[in-house]
Order: sequence, then C-alpha cells, then structure tokens
Amino acid sequence: MTAPAIELKGISKAFGPVQANKDISIRVMPGTIHGIIGENGAGKSTLMSILYGFYKADAGEVFISGQKTEIPDSQAAIAAGIGMVFQHFKLVENFTVLENIILGAEDGGLLKPSLSKARKTLLELEKEYDLKVDPDAVIEQIGVGMQQRVEILKALYRQANILTLDEPTGVLTPAEADQLFRILGRLKEEGKTIILITHKLREIMDITDTVSVMRRGEMTATVKTAETSPEELAELMVGRKVLLRVDKEPATPGDVVLDVKNLKVVDDQGVERLRGIDLQVRAGEILGIAGVAGNGQSELLEVLGGYEDATGTVTLNGAPIDLTGKYSDGRSRRDRGIAHVPEDRQREGLIMDFAAWENTAFGYHRDAAYTSGLLSNNAAIKADTAEKMERFDVRPPHPHLAAKNFSGGNQQKIVLAREIERNPDLLLIGQPTRGVDIGAIEFIHQQIVALRDQGKAILLVSVELEEILGLADRVAVMFDGQIMGERLTTETDEKELGLLMAGITDTDKPHTIAEIEANLAQAHGNPHKEI
Amino acid sequence: MDVMPKWAEVILVPLISLILAALLSALVILAIGENPVEAVNLMVTGAVGSTYGWGYTLYYATNFMFTGLAVSVAFHAGLFNIGGEGQAMLGGLGVALVLLFIPWPHWTIALLAATAGAAVFGALWAAIPAYLQAKRGSHIVITTIMFNFIAAAVLNYMLVNQLRPAGSMDPATERFREAVHLPSLHEMLAPIGINFSKAAPANVSLVIAIIACVLVWLLIWRTPLGLEIRSYGKSGRAAKYAGIGAVRITMIAMLISGALAGMMAINNVMGEAERLVLNAVEGTGFIGIAVALMGRSHPFGVFLAAILFGFLYQGGAELALWTSIPRELIVVIQALVILFTGALDNMVRMPLERIFLAVRTARASKSVGPAE
Repeated sequence: MTAPAIELKGISKAFGPVQANKDISIRVMPGTIHGIIGENGAGKSTLMSILYGFYKADAGEVFISGQKTEIPDSQAAIAAGIGMVFQHFKLVENFTVLENIILGAEDGGLLKPSLSKARKTLLELEKEYDLKVDPDAVIEQIGVGMQQRVEILKALYRQANILTLDEPTGVLTPAEADQLFRILGRLKEEGKTIILITHKLREIMDITDTVSVMRRGEMTATVKTAETSPEELAELMVGRKVLLRVDKEPATPGDVVLDVKNLKVVDDQGVERLRGIDLQVRAGEILGIAGVAGNGQSELLEVLGGYEDATGTVTLNGAPIDLTGKYSDGRSRRDRGIAHVPEDRQREGLIMDFAAWENTAFGYHRDAAYTSGLLSNNAAIKADTAEKMERFDVRPPHPHLAAKNFSGGNQQKIVLAREIERNPDLLLIGQPTRGVDIGAIEFIHQQIVALRDQGKAILLVSVELEEILGLADRVAVMFDGQIMGERLTTETDEKELGLLMAGITDTDKPHTIAEIEANLAQAHGNPHKEI
Repeated sequence: MDVMPKWAEVILVPLISLILAALLSALVILAIGENPVEAVNLMVTGAVGSTYGWGYTLYYATNFMFTGLAVSVAFHAGLFNIGGEGQAMLGGLGVALVLLFIPWPHWTIALLAATAGAAVFGALWAAIPAYLQAKRGSHIVITTIMFNFIAAAVLNYMLVNQLRPAGSMDPATERFREAVHLPSLHEMLAPIGINFSKAAPANVSLVIAIIACVLVWLLIWRTPLGLEIRSYGKSGRAAKYAGIGAVRITMIAMLISGALAGMMAINNVMGEAERLVLNAVEGTGFIGIAVALMGRSHPFGVFLAAILFGFLYQGGAELALWTSIPRELIVVIQALVILFTGALDNMVRMPLERIFLAVRTARASKSVGPAE
C-alpha cells in the first residue's frame, strides 16, 4: 500500500480558552480529492494553517508521503510540496500575472531570467492542466475566476504536489465554480492530491473522493463520498438530524410595500456602485437579491437601512423616504417601520463587548418602553431580553453575557429577535445565515418565512444561491450595480441565475466560460470587499 | 465566557500593577542610596497620617477626579482628549470672570455660577477641536494638544494685559471677594466635632467632584445617550447602523469632557488660590489621562485612582521636603505607576488570565470526572 500524501496524527491547538483543534488525525491518499467539511468555527482553517506553517500545533505530528515533517513556516510547507489557495487571495493587485507567480520564488538578483523561465513553465503548466491565464494581464483587471487560477498556478510553479483550497467557490458564479472543479479533476488525474475545505455539502458530494467532517475542533468522521449522503454529512456536522430544505407554502403577495426607482449611489472614489436600481417588494413575499459579493448588494441594504446617501426615489407603503439629509438615518428608518438585520452582524448589528440586553435595545434604545424620563429603563430592557431570548431559543439564555460570548448562530438570533419582534412592515436582511451553524439556519429560515406569512415584506440579500432559491419567492440578480433580471424562484435554476450573475441576460443561448469571465472582469465590484 | 471574573479584572489587575510599580520604585530608591522602607513611611505619614496630609491629598484628588472624568467620558466615545490641561486653564478664566465682575452675595450662589462658568469655558475650548474632528476629520489628539498651547497663550494675554490689577508685577488677577470664599474641610467638619486641619486646601469642591462622579456614572450607564456614546466608541459602523450620528456624539462627548475638565477650576482657582494665577493647572490635565486609564474609565475607578494620585502627589512632596530624595524621583515614581497601570496593563493581565484559565480547566475536569 502506498503511503498517504499527507497524514496528520493527533494535532491539537488551543487559542486561550478555545480548543480549535483537538487530537485530529487524518490520512489523505495521493491522487485523490479529499474534502474537509464543517461549520464556521469547527477548526478547518486552523488545521490548514497548521499544515501551512502559520500556526504551530500544541501537539501532534505531520507526515508527508510517509516522512515525518516539521513545518515551522510557510517556506517549509512549500518545500514539502504543499500549496495553499486562500479564501482571500494573496495577490499584488497592480502586478501582472507573471510577476505575481514569481514573487518570492525569483532565482537571482535579476528579474528578467526569472520572468522568461516562468513564462516557459507557465505555458507548460497551462497545457498540462488546462489552466488558461494571460501572463501579462494585470491582476486588478482580471476576474476573480482567473485570479484564483493564478493562485493555483503559483502553487504549481512552486512544485506543489498537495493543493489545499479554502472555501474556493465563495466568490465564484456557478459556471466559474464548475470550471474550477474541472481543473481540480484534471489536477487529480495528473496525480496531484487536493484538499478542499468548504461548508457547502453539494460541492463535497460532487467532486470529492473522501470527506472528513469536523465539529467543534474534532474530526467526527472520515467517510467515502460515494457511501454517504448530504443528510448524513449534515447530521455529522451538527450532531443531530437537520432539515436541509426550507419548508414553506407558496406566497400570496399583497400590495407593494417597498418601491424603489432609479436608485443610484456613488462611492467616495467616484465609482457608481448602484446604477439605477428598480425593484418592488410586496406584502407577504420574500424578494431575494442574488449576485456575486460586491456587486452593489451591500450598498442597496445600506441605502435602505438609512446609512448611505443615494439619489432616486424610494417609497414605503406609498409614502416617500428621505435618501439624504437629517431624516435619512437608521433611526428614521426604524420609525417608519423598516427593520434591518445587517450583513455584518459582528461590526454593525451587534456591539460585541456589550451585554445581550444592551444589544437588544440597540437602535431602539430611545423607545418609550425602554426609557423612564431621562434614564434608560434597564430593568424593562432586561426583562424584554429574557423573553426574546426564550422565544428565539438563544443559548445560553443569559441577558448579561456579552455578545462576543455567543456562537454565530445565537448572535444572529439576538439580532433577529430584536428586529423581527418590532413587527416591521419591511424587513431588510443581509446574509442571514453566514457563519451560522446548520442547526440555527433551520430556525432562522423558519422565522423569516413566518414573518412573510404574517403579510410582511422581506428583502433578502445573500451570496448563497441555494439559500435564495430555497427561501425567496422572487429573485432579482444584481451585477455591477444593476439588476440583470427578475425570476420566480419556482421557475429558474442555478444555471440561469449564474449567467445573470455574470451580467449575461440572454440566458437561453449557450455561453462559454471565457465570455462569462470577460464579463465579470469588467464589473467595478470588489468581491473581496470584507463584509 | 470572559476569561477572568470581574473582580479580578477591576481590582486584582490594577493592584498587582501598583505593587510592581512600588517594587520598582523601591529599587530605584535603593539605587540612589536611600532607604525605601523609610521613604514609604514618610509618604504614608505625610499624605494620610494627619488631617493636614489628608487635606492636601484630597485637594489634589479633587482636581484629578475632574480631569480623570473628563478623559473617561471622551474615552467612552472613542476619543482621546489630551486637552484637559487647556480646558482646565480656560475653566479657570471662566471662574475668574464670573467672580471678579459680579458681586455675588453668598458663596453658594457664587459656587453654582462659577461651576457653570468653568464648565462653559472648558466646553467651548473643547468644542473647536471637537468640531474639527467631527466635520473635518482633524485628529482630536493633535488638535487638543495644540489647543493646550493656545490656551496657555490666551491665559497669558488675559492675565498680563487685561486682568492684572494696575501696578501689580504679578501676572495674576486680584483676590476674589471674601463673600465667595469656599468653605474648607476644616470649616465644614468643625460643626460635627471633627477637628480638620485649618491649613489644608481641601474644600467643598470635593463634594461637587463626587457628585460629578455619580452623574457621569448615571450618564454613561443609565441613559440612552450614554449607550449611544459607548456604542460610538466601540464601533462606528454599528452606531451608523443604529442611526447614531457621529457628529452629534463627537460634539456631545467632547463638550461634556471639556466641561468636566474646566470644572476643576472651582477647586484650584476658587477654592485654593482664590485668584487666577498663570500656572494654576500644573499638569493636572495630563494626570487625568493616567487617572482615567487606571480607573478603567469608570467613575468609581476614577474616584479611587484620583485619591491614589492625590496620595502620590502629597506623599511625594513630603518625601522631597524631608529627605535628600530629589523632586525628580517623585516624578519617576509617578511615571512608574502610570506606566504599570496604564501602558503595561497586558503584562499583568496575560499571566493572570492564564492562571484563571488553568484553575477553571482543572475545576471543570474535576467536576466532570476522570475521562475514560
């Protein structure tokens, strides 16, 4: 039997009180695609950082092709044949592809020989693995898909035999993701070993040979992909049975609640982030906004939430809303019956150092129920918080605990409880389940559907197509600050939406991946903007 | 869960820092050939060994409470107000103008008016840097520091060219009227049978300072405005999301901060000197930063830290008086306290957190029972 390409034995790593990795052992056979799946915070990224020499494990050993190997830093990892493609690319934006590839791997003091050698190698690699890139293109002018291929080429140029990819499809359209998987399949055929870290069950099922499941820092199982199912994997990730699809009746839309016409936003650099948005949300329906991150969805939420100035007209129940000036702030919006669960709950929706009860009042802290005279009625807020925590099953149910001490899912429940229980006419909700454990996703989706069934209008922004297709009744696709098209979720699929996400509106015709990429590269958006 | 229980965070960390600072100070005293035990003895008897000593300690502490609170309120809004010095100088000018030009019948009304005058002048002096920060993005640290120098120049001009009595060689105002004399602790405590030192400058301003501590506590932790100030200080984006205006909070926090710093003048100008002199503030504005740091920006912490620094000031003065330990060394000791309690906070915190963590893990594994 051949030795595993990588074997980890008993890896443990703690950060202060948090045990990020606990006695992890894993064997990855050469020439296979090995998936590592787990929820946010399960310890996947920590494990990979240890493998790449970013962290030093507290205990445990690493074997590469049967040889015990010490990896004190990334140089050692590269020398051992390990390549890493991070979720956020590590490319110099204003360098060319070629320059990025040799960066840190130059031979000698002169650049020219390195560059021409790299050009030659690059052509060979391109042929061998079908990895098309233009060596002289500048990074900031190429699309995300191509940037990712540059990252893969960087690793291959450094003779990586083991390629690790961390959440590689997060910023890709479905067509680009398919393209990436074809490349990974090709790399596998050529004998490379691939480790794919993801939280998407479908990707695991589609392309991996074996899959390891992580939960709370521990490796709970390693199974052959062919012998498992998404349901079983989800159960292994969460520790109990979960419902993977959203249970809901067809919507019965009523009157128009939110009416947006010709909405435009120009950012500080003078770039137009929203380029004339028109949309409507009716009572009792969920409108999903799909799109690759950074195409204007965040700006749309910020404008509607009242903290970004814009031009155009927005009406709520027929009455106009101020888009600039004194009455264009979060407080005025709340007064008008617009609740907002922001995309970034840790920096916007919550104040992490504040107790849960303070966060429950946050934004509504001047409400008559929460004040008595000049003072805050802290007792009333705390009582209200305890009730909300119970209704939304926030664990642990302690109003005095600081927000930072709750898990991502429970933090989101605190925000949701605050916003939904105000009984708003319109709920804006961004990335409702990002960084939320699968168990809590189910509950959050139920709450959103329940609000819809009460006849409220809901605007949902998510970069997870699956979530939009499952939760929304209608979907509008944004690309480069514009809406490319609207579909009923019952009458569309990922493929069609994927084309719209790339700015292609004639979705009936066939389109090449090159065409899709060229289109995406032209967009002004920055999918790597941290939200 | 937080790593440390709250009592350890609030009491243990500053206490250990303080002990470390004291030990290092002892080494320095040893190094220059003096006896540290004797030095501590002198400081303690000098600062708290008599009502005279207490009178000075509390007098200094009153100043530090005002400037410490000033820095704390700005801290909560994420603003670093280094201009306490200048705001206190202007506060002094406010007190002097109120008391010199209006013939107050009784000290009580005069104190209220002087407090208002001090607060308004201090707040106005903070308003300009605050406005520049809020509207133009000029960094408040830079502008408040510059405003300290401008304040000194303004005071110089006012005292030398405007307020100095004709014929006087001293750049100071004339004495305030006898009617506005503030009762000292001696006068306040005599009716209840306590014989407090007559010579010590501590006065009724101490009561105002304590009231200010309580009011600031109420403001920060018990009002919606306090929540807004703290939210803005923790996360500008979250404040924006909630509809809390950055300009509004910056202005309000700095106005309150400046007013508190200015109010120090009722103690040193109205209570002690009873006239406005050129260098009335003597660095108290800067000590306020250390007091706020050590007091964790909490009014009760500021209260305790102010008394500690009052002790260091008075004890240090006694030390300089009775030993050959030079005055500069007192500054070194004060600096060590600031260094350990403020800047080197993590040096104490990290090992402590580790100890608490180890204890908790040990306890947890015991309660669960041995693993199989």
